[in-house]
Amino acid sequence: MPEPRKAVALISGGLDSLLAAKVMLEQGIHVEGINFFTGFCVEGHTHAIRKKDRARPKRNNALWVAEQLGIKLHIVDVIEEYKDIVINPRHGYGANLNPCLDCKVFMVRKARQWIEEHGFDFIVTGEVIGQRPKSQRADTLPVVAHESGAGDLLLRPLCAKNLPPSRPEREGWVDRDRLFDFQGRTRKPQMALARKFGFTDYAQPAGGCCFLTDAQYSVKLADLWKARGERRYELDDIMLLKVGRHLRPRDNFKLIVGREDGENRFLHGYRKQFAHMFPVSHKGPLVLIDGKVSDDDLELAARLTARFSQGRDAERVDVEVRLPDGRNRVLHVQPMAGEDVPKDWYL
Amino acid sequence: MSRYQLDARRLLCPLPVIRTQERVEQLGEGDMLDVICTDPGARHDIPAWCRVNGHEVTGIEERGDELVITVRVGAQT
Repeated sequence: MPEPRKAVALISGGLDSLLAAKVMLEQGIHVEGINFFTGFCVEGHTHAIRKKDRARPKRNNALWVAEQLGIKLHIVDVIEEYKDIVINPRHGYGANLNPCLDCKVFMVRKARQWIEEHGFDFIVTGEVIGQRPKSQRADTLPVVAHESGAGDLLLRPLCAKNLPPSRPEREGWVDRDRLFDFQGRTRKPQMALARKFGFTDYAQPAGGCCFLTDAQYSVKLADLWKARGERRYELDDIMLLKVGRHLRPRDNFKLIVGREDGENRFLHGYRKQFAHMFPVSHKGPLVLIDGKVSDDDLELAARLTARFSQGRDAERVDVEVRLPDGRNRVLHVQPMAGEDVPKDWYL
Repeated sequence: MSRYQLDARRLLCPLPVIRTQERVEQLGEGDMLDVICTDPGARHDIPAWCRVNGHEVTGIEERGDELVITVRVGAQT
């Protein structure tokens, strides 16, 4: 018996890629999964940080999908390379700072490199024509195939019948008749196929699994770039955008205020990199200060820190300030009243 | 068979999994790797990664806020 053809499937952890890979397995293709970690993945981080989320069943959806399918999963760190996609998307952004089309091109290009290095035959994605407004349209699917260099080695089993036959179909590696013609935003065909395969407990992330599709997150990232005067970021920056309450009272600094114990503990890990403060007379948050601050700025930051402490109604709260150069001091401040905090300070 | 250690403290999932994967790729069948993590998500994700990729978690030990997850490397294909 000849060796089965080998495909790598892009596995996001959502339903479409689960089904696309399953359709290939049903045709006797050897499938392995690949998942790219950009730093913006919703997966994991926030669940791990916030205490209230720790009680929830926690799973990495891509790994869960791989387990359901019984396939290997390769998780690839693309944090550094991905920066250029976020900062300079050739095809622009979607509704927020989501460079969805460039992102898909990038991931398929990485998958193409992977199949060359690992001796695989083709690439499978869960794309469906019309499913996503930016990256999955009739006019953009060919762009992904062309710009990624994957060409006709890219097979989309869920909508293949609406597309010209790919090489795996033409060569008879897969049976085109057993592929699908899904189209549009409706999820019904996918849900019906999931039922047929016996999948009941799959993830359905709204807006995908990327923080860049989130309006509030994008506002915070845009603010970070504006404050720095340049569009760049490090992994720590984008992690911190996922945590705490962010306030920018003045152009030169921003506060990151822990909202609960889990976030305070996470922010503790950044104490050496940032000036920070916390109330000592009352229970309250750890607050990181991002930016260069004057004594007057510190006074304002301390009043805000007091505002988010259990001493918010007290006449005075003692707030300890620790600066990166090792200097410490305690400020005695009046907590800022809620109505005195302008709404546009909140990012 | 040799025993190795990987420091994945302060990394959030899936980074502890990715670092484990990268380290395991350098090891041979039967080698043991102790992964030290602080993200509680690693308790689920590293065993899940091991299950799908043919490796085995032989122990998970809590040391204060740290978790030590011991992986026995399986056959690499």
